[in-house]
Amino acid sequence: MAQGKPHGGTMKTIMTVDDSASVRMMVNFTLSQLGFDIVEAVDGKDALKKLSGRSIHMLITDVNMPELDGIGLVKKIRENPSYRFIPIIVLTTESQEEKKKEGKLAGATGWIVKPFKPEQLIAVVRKVLS
Amino acid sequence: MSGEFEVLKEAFRQEASELLSELEASLLELEKAPGDGEAVSSVFRVFHSLKGSGATCGFDEVSRFTHHIETAYDLVRNGKMRVDKTLIDLTLRAGDLLHDMIDARQSVSTEAKGRGAEILSEFRALMSGADVAQGPPAKGGWEEVGMLRADSGKRQITYRIRLRPSPRIFADGTNPISLMNELRRLGECRIVAQSEKIPFLEEIDPEQCYTRWDVVLTTDRDVNAIRDVFIFIEDQCELKIETIDDGTTSQEETDYRKLGEILVEKKDLSEEELGKVLRDTQSLGRKSLGEILVEEGLVAPLTVEAALVEQEHVRELRERRLREEVISSLRVSSEKLDRLVNLVGELVTVQARLTQSAADRDDPGLVSIAEEVERLTADLRDNTMSIRLLPLGTTFSKFKRLVRDLSLKLGKEVELLTEGGETELDKTVIEKLNDPLVHLIRNAIDHGIEPPEIRERAGKPRKATVRLSAVHSGSQVLIQVRDDGVGVDAELVRTKAVENGLISQDSALSEKDLLALILAPGFTTAGNVTSVSGRGVGMDVVKKAVDRLRGTIEISSRKGEGTTVTLVLPLTLAIIDGLLVRIGAEYFVLPLSAVEECVELTRRDKENAHGRQVTNVRGQIVPYVRLRDHFTIGGHPPDIEQIVIVRNDHGRAGFVVDTVIGEHQTVIKSLGRVFKDIEGISGATILGSGNVALIVDIAKLLKIAEYEEASCQEGR
Repeated sequence: MAQGKPHGGTMKTIMTVDDSASVRMMVNFTLSQLGFDIVEAVDGKDALKKLSGRSIHMLITDVNMPELDGIGLVKKIRENPSYRFIPIIVLTTESQEEKKKEGKLAGATGWIVKPFKPEQLIAVVRKVLS
Repeated sequence: MSGEFEVLKEAFRQEASELLSELEASLLELEKAPGDGEAVSSVFRVFHSLKGSGATCGFDEVSRFTHHIETAYDLVRNGKMRVDKTLIDLTLRAGDLLHDMIDARQSVSTEAKGRGAEILSEFRALMSGADVAQGPPAKGGWEEVGMLRADSGKRQITYRIRLRPSPRIFADGTNPISLMNELRRLGECRIVAQSEKIPFLEEIDPEQCYTRWDVVLTTDRDVNAIRDVFIFIEDQCELKIETIDDGTTSQEETDYRKLGEILVEKKDLSEEELGKVLRDTQSLGRKSLGEILVEEGLVAPLTVEAALVEQEHVRELRERRLREEVISSLRVSSEKLDRLVNLVGELVTVQARLTQSAADRDDPGLVSIAEEVERLTADLRDNTMSIRLLPLGTTFSKFKRLVRDLSLKLGKEVELLTEGGETELDKTVIEKLNDPLVHLIRNAIDHGIEPPEIRERAGKPRKATVRLSAVHSGSQVLIQVRDDGVGVDAELVRTKAVENGLISQDSALSEKDLLALILAPGFTTAGNVTSVSGRGVGMDVVKKAVDRLRGTIEISSRKGEGTTVTLVLPLTLAIIDGLLVRIGAEYFVLPLSAVEECVELTRRDKENAHGRQVTNVRGQIVPYVRLRDHFTIGGHPPDIEQIVIVRNDHGRAGFVVDTVIGEHQTVIKSLGRVFKDIEGISGATILGSGNVALIVDIAKLLKIAEYEEASCQEGR
């Protein structure tokens, strides 16, 4: 796969956390085309496991997941000094308006409403990841 | 080579004459407001341009002459010379001389040289006494008169954005820098980070955001697109978005607000503080306002910087816009345009033949091509006509000088107000309008407006106004000259008209008809003949000129309150939309702009009217003229005839024809010298079949019909 070096030389890593394989695939496909390195996790617990000892630059997580949901994951991540300032985006649905606020309170940077198109995802990544 | 040089000279002549009319306008502005920096700049620029391009185009005398005057206005611009009446009069004289110098096909005459030397020596005398500084320094300001402008792209709006994020903004991973980068992607953007709140290193908390941002952004996106940038932090920041330039600012306003004004507007500085500093500054000497504000501790250096950045951004933007506007217009010789119009006229005629021929052959393929050609020709025609349209503004501004000179000469105080200078009219119409308008304005000032003392006694302001206005109305343009003078006494008109044998003692005429008598040849009510007017050659000249333009004149007046003369003119002279009709084997065209509807006229209708030429159109009685009778066309009319209902000044009237054929793009051809006096016909056109159709002059024909009916009744 052709991978460029975005944003000043070092390749940046983004973790996508979702129990839906198709959403992960879509995020992976869209963002790896932009030259990001993608790490996938199936839920909050899996995400925390894969985070340890790894450096990531951004995290995109679903809200509703079986083992440790998105909000819980955000709170946990912010407790870890290494990840206090990385951008975190939560994926909500139209019916979960209040989750945006909850996510923000927990420490998320922003949100994307599902279903979303690749260009919306790219716009948000650009917005939070300088 | 010499040919090319002639072209260059001609181009300079054209440019110079535009510059000189601009000069006149600016000088008159300046006379009204001697401190007007923009007017001074404009005058300076005229001489500066004339000097530069004059030398390039071989007008060395012009270049030398203007050099000295430019120097004088440079002094004015820098506040070293005063603007007064002497200077303005002298400059106006210089303008007149320049006109003559530029028009001269041969070298400049000795007489002109003498005048030039005289004017320059007077300028020198003025300059030698020029040491009194006065007035504010002139600002920039460019003005182009009579330029055709094209729209360029989507409108760019400039916003001022202030972002003050909450100090805790970093805690959820927000990076304000990426938001700034996102703003940059929306358009042309200048960002100043305000760092005055950042504490000393030992006190700093690296997890807190101390910075706020001032941004100026020019974009074609709306304010919501800007709000979207900050959507994730809208609850965690103070965000203020204001429009500071809406992309439509007119060309004169390339200048933006002053530094102090911007700071006050942004609430970085209070008005009282600014006022105090400005008062103190006068004694402080040569420091800039920004420096002083920072020294006084009123405003942080970066806040001043942000305001300066904003000022520079808007100025550059406006200047660029002005340049683009100028570049997007093109100068084309009017001969080329005339030729284009003629060609389009020919094309319209050929297209009519094509349509006819396609219909005759009953070939669907050809008919569809003919229809397409017809549509394209109509577009081409409208487009070509619109190129010939020019704003009336330049013509209007010429009259300011006329009014000034006339009122001085006649000892009256008159102000000319103009409205609708942006109204566009065919170039040919504009050129031919000059003389009638001069007559009307002269008449208004000479006959209409009273001397100041008399006005005061009548309880009017000393200074009279003459209002010149233009406005579009359908396919016509209304041009009005209105004065607030003494008005026309309808009874006096009657007496004079009887004296002159224009009407009989007992003719009963409405006030409107009486006023219309003013337009008759040789008519004047003015007691004394002055050098300006009063010889009775004014108004009928106006009428003739307007007639030639296929226009009409209306006069209304109130005794003691003033007179209004309205010229109703067609937008263009070359091609019109017409309604083609047939009577026997003859074709006629009626201008479509006047046509309201077509109704049938049956034998029964005629019987019901008992021999009178009127018909009932949905309950309204409408008189009609039988064109067959009027033009004495032989043969028998069909059982069912058609009436074309038209609207004129007095209401509705009809023209009876055999058949209405339909709309027709009418290329107007004149009838030539032999037939030019035929009343009721304004021209002819060639049809697709090769036949000639005559164009009916509706207003004239109705007048003739009215007159005939009146004389018929008198005879009875």
